[in-house]
Amino acid sequence: MNPLPSRAARHIVQNEPLLFEVSAPGKRGSQLAPLDVPIAAPPAVRGAIAGFPELSELEVIRHYTRLSTWNYGVDTGLYPLGSCTMKYNARVNELVSRLEGLGDAHPLQPEHLSRGALAIMQQLSRDLLEITGMAAITLQPAAGAQGELTGILMIRAALSARGDARRTVLIPDSAHGTNPATAAIAGYQVQNLKSNPDGTVDMSDLNRLMNGEVAALMLTNPNTLGIFEEDIHRIADLVHERGGLLYMDGANMNALVGRSRPGDFGVDVMHLNLHKTFSTPHGGGGPGSGPVAVKRELEPFLPIPVLVTRHDGGDDGRPDLDYARPHSIGRVRAFHGNFGMFTRALAYIMANGCDGLKQTTEDAVLNANYLRQKLEGDYAIAYATPSMHEVVLSDALQAPHGVHTGDIAKRLIDYGFHPYTVSFPLVVRGAMMIEPTESASRADLDDFIAAMRAIAEEARTQPELVTSAPHTTKISRLDEAAAARRPILRWRPA
Amino acid sequence: MRFLPTSDTIRGQMLADLGLNHADELFSHIPEYCRLQRPLAIPPGQSEAEIVRYFRQAAAANAPGFASFLGAGAYHHFRPAHIDMLAGRGEWFTAYTPYQPEISQGTLQSIFEFQTMVCQLTGQEVANAGVYDGSTALHEACMMAARITGRSQLVVARTIHPQYREVLHTLTRYRDFPLVEVGYAADGRLDATALAAAVSASTAAVAVQSPNFFGTIEEWQAAAAAAHAHGALLIAVVTDPVSLGLLPPPAADGDDGVDIVAMEMQGFGIPVGFGGPYAGVLATREKFVRNLPGRLVGEARDREGRRGFVLTLSTREQHIRREKATSNICTNEALCVLMASIFMATYGPEGLRELALQNLSKAAYAAQALQAAGAEVLFPAPRFHEFVVRLKTPLETLQPVLTRERIIAGLALARHYPELGNALLVCVTETATRADIDRLVGLLTKP
Repeated sequence: MNPLPSRAARHIVQNEPLLFEVSAPGKRGSQLAPLDVPIAAPPAVRGAIAGFPELSELEVIRHYTRLSTWNYGVDTGLYPLGSCTMKYNARVNELVSRLEGLGDAHPLQPEHLSRGALAIMQQLSRDLLEITGMAAITLQPAAGAQGELTGILMIRAALSARGDARRTVLIPDSAHGTNPATAAIAGYQVQNLKSNPDGTVDMSDLNRLMNGEVAALMLTNPNTLGIFEEDIHRIADLVHERGGLLYMDGANMNALVGRSRPGDFGVDVMHLNLHKTFSTPHGGGGPGSGPVAVKRELEPFLPIPVLVTRHDGGDDGRPDLDYARPHSIGRVRAFHGNFGMFTRALAYIMANGCDGLKQTTEDAVLNANYLRQKLEGDYAIAYATPSMHEVVLSDALQAPHGVHTGDIAKRLIDYGFHPYTVSFPLVVRGAMMIEPTESASRADLDDFIAAMRAIAEEARTQPELVTSAPHTTKISRLDEAAAARRPILRWRPA
Repeated sequence: MRFLPTSDTIRGQMLADLGLNHADELFSHIPEYCRLQRPLAIPPGQSEAEIVRYFRQAAAANAPGFASFLGAGAYHHFRPAHIDMLAGRGEWFTAYTPYQPEISQGTLQSIFEFQTMVCQLTGQEVANAGVYDGSTALHEACMMAARITGRSQLVVARTIHPQYREVLHTLTRYRDFPLVEVGYAADGRLDATALAAAVSASTAAVAVQSPNFFGTIEEWQAAAAAAHAHGALLIAVVTDPVSLGLLPPPAADGDDGVDIVAMEMQGFGIPVGFGGPYAGVLATREKFVRNLPGRLVGEARDREGRRGFVLTLSTREQHIRREKATSNICTNEALCVLMASIFMATYGPEGLRELALQNLSKAAYAAQALQAAGAEVLFPAPRFHEFVVRLKTPLETLQPVLTRERIIAGLALARHYPELGNALLVCVTETATRADIDRLVGLLTKP
């Protein structure tokens, strides 16, 4: 095995059993204040919660601290997971979201006692509309996929109001899997759209498929190959001429902020991922937040309540919640959406400002192109088309040695990095989708490049070292097939 | 820009490496008309001190330090300090979905433990890794029941949280899932006769909440029998998991009990936070696992035979199945799930029982005190920590004095249950002191 670069070293890792294995009867981790009213008799009482853990407070702390050390986060190092925008999560965002008055605000408290929270939502809405160039927005969807569903439901409502809901949604073959799943939930059939040799929408295929039954084209721009759809205006015109609407998946908005606005290039409806572009933490798999921005003609269909500005005091305008929206698709989630993500995203926008947001976009794109240039030659570039904020390589040069994208990813772990996105997008065989984000320094990138080059060399000279990686982790590769065949989804006492 | 690790000098060198003179050239392939030709109309970057000041002012314009008797799906329970201290470790909150199990065992093991604790708590056989929240969990449970039964009609209790029902209505509006609502009886519980009449051979699921939106406790067995009599499944909605510390759980009970649980986990240490983020969860029978949406973590062995955990059964999910997936959901609200797990591990079975008993006792005290002071408390059925009181005047007329006294009295029900008149839904948790309760009673019953 090659010597590890200075970035990674071996380190003691504590073993830690399951909570239930640490547990012992009679231990307590909590104490309540004495009850200051008479004890009431419950109507019916459950039996003991069999197997439920019993730990002291310190054991809880050690348990979750030890478990945390088995994870890799953005705070640990470069996390170039393509299409996920794993950028720095500022600590001040965590602080402000937990302030008394915000962190403990109740979503149903009277509006005159919610002015601060509504003002935050209003300011974030204004900033997101400025960034996207759209006309109206809802912050309610809980995540990107729910944003997609909200957007497609609004499209369906708008087309139904015209008297023609249509039957189909067109989706490029490079799209994220949520796009077709979403269209199906909204009651649409999914029609796949081919990519052309440049990795962008095939205009002749679009021209052929875009007929009177197509409600919308769901497009990601830049797409999942990290490529800007240069024909975007022709695409939008074609969709609009034939009575459809253009939906944009904003997953890759980190390539555009301050540089290009979807509202200016023909998009009718789009969602944003606050956990990607706007730095709300990914949290190990959520929470996210998926605001949906629309053009003026779709505003009547926004979910209720709609945050509006009432100009009754002569001032800047008072935020208020409007429920009287007869054409609304209705509510998509209880309460106001993931408000805690709104405070964090707004704090991120305030910290960067117009200048920092633009610089962020430039650095994200610069970093991806720097990686691309330095890795070209050792790895195959999937498409010659210029890259935006991410670059898709393939394992075409390594596959002849029996080394595939998943193996290279595992070997990167030994070098101290989180892998890229493996085997996605599906249109690239052996895809390696790399998004460094603006949070990577040149030193991070150079170390990553050195690791990737070393792995390319290993793939040629000692492929079994790569195909059996990782070698330095707490556990080695798990037998996922066996786990799925006979699933064990919970602990049971021996 | 303090977040960016690249200096102007290094930027220049990197651009030169790429043969470029200016960053604009990185965007030159974007058509001219797509490029924004002006700065964004957003103020320049601000210091951390300025940001904190802005949010402190916003927080002060809400209701900091008020005594709150609001519940209705979002519950004020005390959050032990170590929840945020632990969840605030970067290894938890700056990681993403555990696609690479070798460097994600922390997240994976904690989710496996979460799934187990949800099963223990609910008496169900399997639980998923989490969904967005309780309202969307109900929708996912209904779709799941429709897949399992091959039927489409949904029978939904009117005593399920009104916003949950609104979400269900929105998310099914363009597909053929007829919704039938079943009302409540004079005691504040599900109208059993109306339920029996509503269920038929075309019913996929009956959905019932307990404690219901009025705070009264339903009987799972009776509801299950009504559903099962026609081959429908019973979905149990739980909006505050604290109730399960004490009350009979929505258990699978062989074939006789609840078939799918759709639960909101917020009450377990997740901030009330103006409505989110929260975490929902689905729990069900083992035989339905392949119809369960959302992520699942399973136990596995590595090459050396060591135990580890992985995301499993992903052939149900959108990234594999695309338009044929069980749902379009990706996230499992992992950080909120972590908070709930730490809460459960901290309280343990005895702590949860005491906590639930305190909630029930405080609400009972408040209801009795209101009744003794002449207020009309509706619905005699047994309750958990919420109840309905009918005011002599609309809540708005009392609002100025309540605000002055820094009390949030509860939720006016007129919008969703106009037939109840000036009804107020009051929630009393362990966070309310007896003095707070006595002040509330005095203000609501003042002649």
